[in-house]
Amino acid sequence: MTRLTGGLIDRARDLRFTFDGRSYSGHPGDTLASALLANGVRLTGRSFKYHRPRGVFSAGSEEPNALVELRSGARKEPNTRATVAELYDGLEAASQNHVGPLGFDLLAVNDLFSSFFAAGFYYKTFMWPRAFWEKLYEPAIRRAAGLGSLSMQPDPDAYDKGFLHCDLLVIGGGAAGLAAALTAGRAGARVILADEDFRLGGRLLAESHPLDDAPATEWVARAEAELAALPNIRILRRCTVFGAFDHGIYGAVERVADHLPEPGQQVRQTLWRITARRAVLAAGAIERHIPFRNNDRPGIMLAGAMRAYANRWAVSPAKRVAIFTNNDDGHRTALDLAAKGVEVAAVIDSRPDARAQGQYRLVHGMVSDARGRLGLRGVQIDSGGRREWLDCGALGVAGGWNPNVHLASHHRGRPVWDEALQAFVPGEGGLCGLIAAGAAKGQGSTAAALRSGAEAAVEALAQLGIEARPAELPAAEDASAGLRPLWHVPGKGRAWVDFQNDVTVKDIKLAHQENMRPVEHLKRWTTLGMATDQGKTANVTALAVMSELTGKPIPETGTTIFRPPYSGVSLSVLGGGDTGAHFRPRRLTPTHEWARAQGAVFVEVGPWMRAQYFPRPGETHWRQTVDREVLATRKGVGICDVTTLGKVDVQGADAGEFLDRIYANAMKSLKVGMVRYGLMLREDGSAWDDGTCARLAEDHYVVTTTTAQAGPVYRQMEFARQCLWPELDVQLISTTDAWAQIAVAGPNARRLLERIVDGFDLSNEAFPFMACAGLTVCGGLKARLFRISFSGELAYEIAVPARYGQALVERLMEQGADLGATPYGTEALGVMRIEKGHAAGNELNGQTTAQMLGLGRMVSSKKDGIGAVMSRREGLAAETRVLVGLQPVDPAQTVLAGMHLFAEGAPHRTETDQGWITSACHSPHVGSSIGLGFLADGGARMGETVIAANPLQGQKVALRVVPPHFVDPEGGRLRD
Amino acid sequence: MLIPHPLLGLRDAQEFTYLGDAALLNRPDGMAEGAEAAFAEYVYLRDNPAGVHRELWFHEQGDRSWLVVTRDTTTHEILGAELARDVKLKGGAA
Repeated sequence: MTRLTGGLIDRARDLRFTFDGRSYSGHPGDTLASALLANGVRLTGRSFKYHRPRGVFSAGSEEPNALVELRSGARKEPNTRATVAELYDGLEAASQNHVGPLGFDLLAVNDLFSSFFAAGFYYKTFMWPRAFWEKLYEPAIRRAAGLGSLSMQPDPDAYDKGFLHCDLLVIGGGAAGLAAALTAGRAGARVILADEDFRLGGRLLAESHPLDDAPATEWVARAEAELAALPNIRILRRCTVFGAFDHGIYGAVERVADHLPEPGQQVRQTLWRITARRAVLAAGAIERHIPFRNNDRPGIMLAGAMRAYANRWAVSPAKRVAIFTNNDDGHRTALDLAAKGVEVAAVIDSRPDARAQGQYRLVHGMVSDARGRLGLRGVQIDSGGRREWLDCGALGVAGGWNPNVHLASHHRGRPVWDEALQAFVPGEGGLCGLIAAGAAKGQGSTAAALRSGAEAAVEALAQLGIEARPAELPAAEDASAGLRPLWHVPGKGRAWVDFQNDVTVKDIKLAHQENMRPVEHLKRWTTLGMATDQGKTANVTALAVMSELTGKPIPETGTTIFRPPYSGVSLSVLGGGDTGAHFRPRRLTPTHEWARAQGAVFVEVGPWMRAQYFPRPGETHWRQTVDREVLATRKGVGICDVTTLGKVDVQGADAGEFLDRIYANAMKSLKVGMVRYGLMLREDGSAWDDGTCARLAEDHYVVTTTTAQAGPVYRQMEFARQCLWPELDVQLISTTDAWAQIAVAGPNARRLLERIVDGFDLSNEAFPFMACAGLTVCGGLKARLFRISFSGELAYEIAVPARYGQALVERLMEQGADLGATPYGTEALGVMRIEKGHAAGNELNGQTTAQMLGLGRMVSSKKDGIGAVMSRREGLAAETRVLVGLQPVDPAQTVLAGMHLFAEGAPHRTETDQGWITSACHSPHVGSSIGLGFLADGGARMGETVIAANPLQGQKVALRVVPPHFVDPEGGRLRD
Repeated sequence: MLIPHPLLGLRDAQEFTYLGDAALLNRPDGMAEGAEAAFAEYVYLRDNPAGVHRELWFHEQGDRSWLVVTRDTTTHEILGAELARDVKLKGGAA
């Protein structure tokens, strides 16, 4: 055990956990990383490419090394950073990326062949033979590389999404963030304070410096209590703001229950979409390391992390440690560890004039090598030409701090090089209203961070017209680090820059030699900064190394920026519960419950659930059911819910003129009380949508659309009304959901309707084909009746307010029992429309024209309808393919939609293609399979035999070309 | 993104459907001489500026207004939003 005294852990309670099957214990307040270190576990995993043994490197979300598989079974989470995984009782974790035990990884052989795996090796090595890539190289590489493994099971937990609004979002709850939140909170602004940690305080929790002569945690506790008491402040702990988006919208993930074994009744995580008028970026800084040979040994870590483990978690990674630094911050770690009783073997400072700040050995020099493959045993020190090995179990490396510019660069904000700080600070950003403060702005001392946080809040609120005074702040340390840059230790051997993707100084040198010098090339050639940590601890160091090689200053070498997300975001929380049946809203027809009670089988039609067919006992195949429904309709009367077709109510003095411009055909001339088939074109001249247009009054029309295009057609009509012809007196409203519409089709349709209308004259003379009227049914229920037919039979569509839809269907079924009333679904509907030769979605697929549909003459040239001009252009006018009916020469053969049509004897090639089959079905009326399709010169080829082919599956069938009306070609049934 | 709806104030872009260049307001007269050439341009040719762009957005999950939004395509800064109806009545999009 390497526990020290003090710390922010609750020693009264023990938490049991396992790592790679072995049991350990820790305390509340621990992370998995601190608990492992407390149990003397330095080796936590293997590296990505060379399978090098690795250990904990940091104490936060920047961790590149200590990635584990957390939990087991369906909840297993690969690539979880042990440094941010909060310890709970019963936690299970396993190391990843090794074959065999962690201590003896068979793939560590990669390390011996490292010279083959240098930068760009994929591009250079696996070139030949080409065919090997897909079958051999790629699968082998994929098995060997990569990190943890997925559970391959569905995520059992619930997730949620939410929206939050505030005046000021404070990102980070450290010194600067707390000062900003206090300042804004006291001014009465609506504030959200989000911190990724489970405890507020940030770096204040990791330092030993007092605030106002008391431990910093006391000030943090007071600030937290004050914030919690303010009603205008919301504190989100365990909440990572992962991205800044346009206009002050921020994405954040709150890990609601990740610190529990199972979420229980809670959601596991919540995705917050925060709309903030202004934001303060108080995300702190990330320490950088100094590459030297074998600097990836387990036990070598950031000096600031080592200090955090000692102060916050009361842990030292070893009993005897050393520090390698180029600034005063490293000395601070030495002092803090020594104060906790840890033996400090030496502080190795690269600054020749550095002075010891306490009772420890100071060496002016550099660390040039390290030994201890599975755990550090010692480091080699070069000092003034002398070289010695120093025994130590851990080494803290302090190379200076990089402001955490991550979120500030999501909006094209280019980090700016600050020569004095020797670091990039946030540049001018885009439009997310983000102001950096504290260490994230390069204001790294505690006093400067506090001050800068308060000032940032005042500035942000002033922009909103909210007056605020900076919160009074405690006295705090204000030391500068006196950094003298040292970007890497020169020498032989491999010195790691990017730990997660195994990129070394050598790789950067190679990229330089191979002229991959611009930073974007460097990244892609070496994969530097392209691991899941986005190179948080690597990028600036790599730039500096490249700058040294090119002889150009760092700002001229380039900058790297970051992209959302700041740290990994699970797909589950992005889905936020919109999975499976909840993937999208489901729309149910007014007769849905009734249809279900009838045993209907449903089909998804866009968002709608529609009855597909209504099987009866004894029917063993869907076609039996559909054939029965078709024949029952054609013989007696069928009933079908057609509510899903779009309905648009069009009213106003100019309604007729407006519709004349919307439709290809004329509508102004339609008589009141009549319905007309209408075809809409796209402005490019192609056919778009069809439906009916009923004129209920001089200034009142009802337009119907197809189910699929109900939304787009309405949008287009509003576009025409508002954007093209706002001078017309016309109003639109979608009434698709307001009216339940039921088709009543078949020779008995009139007799059935006569039984429910309130004395309305349905005779052919009074209410002929294509008539419409408002009326009442069933003793006073307001209704609309349209004599229109999709089936080719005598047919009506009756509309009643949606809430009466089910009652109407029940009444019709009850009243029509002796007339053979039969419900039918979308399959029978489809069969009957193919038999009748009506176009539907398959024919109106966006690539066809009115002329192809046989409706060319409907496109009026006497008026300026949408699409009319373009429909007459040469290319479309020359099109000869037209809609025809197709019937197999041998009635036993089947016609399939999607087959292409060829002349008999012609080869089946694109050049000889004469068209395609759009729709096909078995027709109980014809007694064979039938189809509709577009055929070149089809109108002149009636009776001819053509070949329908599906070369993909070797299918071929001889078809006879027939007119597209298989049922009642003269239309007598409709008009009787 | 947030779109400053002239009637409803700042609304989330998720409520809107995007169409494109506000030049679509300037539909040629289909009955005029040379209409086909004018329509070919109207239907197919668009400017794609890096910078200030006037474009049509439909408040589909809202009040169903079509808006002409002026947006800088390089920064996503929104410089203004008007009812398309008003723009058209004033003579169309420039």
